[in-house]
Amino acid sequence: MTIRIPNYRMIGAFGVMGWLVLTTCVTVAYGQDMRLPVALLHQASSKPAGQPYWLPWPSDEASKGAELGVADNNTTGQFTGQHYQLQVFTAATDEQLLQQFAQHVAGQYSVLLLDVSANVLRTVKNQLKSKPMLVFDVRSQQNALRKANCDARILYMQPSYAMQADTLGQFLLKKSWRRWLLIQGSSSEDVLYANALKRMAKRFGMTIVAEKTWQHAPEIRRTAQAVMPGFTQTDDDYDVIVVADTENAFGDYVAYRSWSPRPVVGTHGLVPTGWHFTHESWGAVQLQNRFKDFSGRVMTPVDYAAYLAVRAVGEAATRTQTFQVKTLRDYLLSEDFALQGYKGRRLSFRPWSGQLRQPVLLATARGIVDVAPLDGFLHPATELDTLGLSVSETECNK
Amino acid sequence: MMKKLSFGLISAALTCAALPVQAETVWVTLERDNALAKVDPVAGKLLATVPIGQRPRGIAKSPDNKRLYIAVSDDDTIRIFDPESQTVVGELPSGEDPETFAVSADGSRMYVSNEDDSQVTVIDVPGQKIVKTIAVGVEPEGIAVSPDHRWLASASETTNMVHWIATDKLEIVANTLVDPRPRAMTFTADSQQLWVTSEMGGSLTIFNTEDQQPVKTLVFKIPGVTEDTIQPVGVVVDPERRFAYVALGPANHVAVIDAQTLTIKDYLLVGQRVWNLAFSPDFQKLYTTNGLSSDMSIIDVSSHKVTRSLVVGNYPWGVVSLP
Repeated sequence: MTIRIPNYRMIGAFGVMGWLVLTTCVTVAYGQDMRLPVALLHQASSKPAGQPYWLPWPSDEASKGAELGVADNNTTGQFTGQHYQLQVFTAATDEQLLQQFAQHVAGQYSVLLLDVSANVLRTVKNQLKSKPMLVFDVRSQQNALRKANCDARILYMQPSYAMQADTLGQFLLKKSWRRWLLIQGSSSEDVLYANALKRMAKRFGMTIVAEKTWQHAPEIRRTAQAVMPGFTQTDDDYDVIVVADTENAFGDYVAYRSWSPRPVVGTHGLVPTGWHFTHESWGAVQLQNRFKDFSGRVMTPVDYAAYLAVRAVGEAATRTQTFQVKTLRDYLLSEDFALQGYKGRRLSFRPWSGQLRQPVLLATARGIVDVAPLDGFLHPATELDTLGLSVSETECNK
Repeated sequence: MMKKLSFGLISAALTCAALPVQAETVWVTLERDNALAKVDPVAGKLLATVPIGQRPRGIAKSPDNKRLYIAVSDDDTIRIFDPESQTVVGELPSGEDPETFAVSADGSRMYVSNEDDSQVTVIDVPGQKIVKTIAVGVEPEGIAVSPDHRWLASASETTNMVHWIATDKLEIVANTLVDPRPRAMTFTADSQQLWVTSEMGGSLTIFNTEDQQPVKTLVFKIPGVTEDTIQPVGVVVDPERRFAYVALGPANHVAVIDAQTLTIKDYLLVGQRVWNLAFSPDFQKLYTTNGLSSDMSIIDVSSHKVTRSLVVGNYPWGVVSLP
């Protein structure tokens, strides 16, 4: 990895300015003031049917994370003269969002955060060709979006399904839980999640003893809870139940109801995730507290992704001393870029997919069990690249 | 009232159990035991574990060696501790969640990083009162005061800057960028240099105090150790500026630096997640706290060999030595 040398030219400027300021007027900022408006396109969604009533469904997800990032950037900004402002555009349907994008965002903002459906994301991406804009996606986890992003036009802040699956793979290998019962839901997102699990099973030499699809259809006198013991019965025994249920349709009914007493991992049970409200190592407790004081609730993975996106812009702008999109973008994708993300390792972007390199947490409902990359999983470049898609798995260089 | 009463009880109990005065003692804060470990480094013995309050982290001594100051983060205060009687004799108003702080060479002033509030609290130590709070960057952590008491340096972990504060005015007069997540700092004994570690940058930057310009940045690399895990934290420089030492966190090594040529000489294997460092009073030994292996390592300074490791308690964090 390259040596990270601070921008000495800038330091010099600060230092000299500092002295001048001391002798003249202390209240003056240390550089010429610059303002950067940041747009967030947010898709308002209603709570899915399967979502339990006690699980929070914050309507201000992403925007609260981005706001905290803006606040942190502005605290730094008092010393650099760089100021940020967030504008949130919210709509429910894809059409409305694209209209908002066309009317209010395109050509008017140079930094955009997307918290939208994959469909909106693709359409926005196609319209970006001619527009110099830094775009961060804070919600999607689909591998396909990353595979077709060789020019890194979009920067993906959430760990992809492949990264999440590899996190599980490292853990399952460590535990020697190699034989699975795989249960997947029937939504298209469930299929994508399950596909990432199958890719991982192949990579790590796991055996899928049985694969079942949960058909979420009401039946008379048969609740999901009652069906589960029989549903998890297989001819051959398995070590672990791997669940792909991105919409909470049945995942919560698996643990303790399975035919054999087996641990549950995947979207339920032990869950790989970019962020978790119980994570407190590496200074994370500071961020958790700051977020809680600020928003009155716990930080979700989407909030964290939005926070990091704004912080990434802030870090790049501090180092390059500009708000110019091309310079920021080149710096974000360079080896010099290193973002502190409260997960024990420096974060950076994969230039071949725009994916944020990051450790992935393995969380239960009330705690962190492990953090990937796990000890012993090695990679010639960075161990963070033991998680997720390598260049050869993308559509680049083909 | 309750607090005073409980201190009284602790002090009574401890006075009865107090051992004869040692030649040299090392005091270690134990983050998870809510206690201080008292160690005889010559005999290699843990002498006592003294309750001090919730989540003790930063620790420093008064110039006359008669008092220890301990940041008890979850009690939101800094306790004043008498090492001889092993009793708490007072408290300082530190602001919320104190972790690290610096004491001026004359003992009159203390400067505390308040991580959650993005500020530095300035305390009049004899008066036990707050003089001023100074707004700094996001998550201030490392803090150091120059031995000549002209400069206070505060590093913010998320802003990635060193804020240079003139102690006469208590105002920021310069800001310098450093590599990501600056953690700890120390001035050299002659006040001419400031040494700053960057945890996520895996580096150390040495500044010239006079003009706040960087002199050199060193990036640590240890054969066979992943670069990601090389996370520099504690840093100390000997009074003659011959050698400096940097704790490299989860890389489990201490870097030895030639402080004249500013080159890395060696890496010494110590315990897990080595965090902070302190010299013995005669500067012949260096003590490390190893957070994840519950021990401290003792390094012989003349030979640069790790001579001993000693179990001290859960999550050892800060360390000072007393003659």
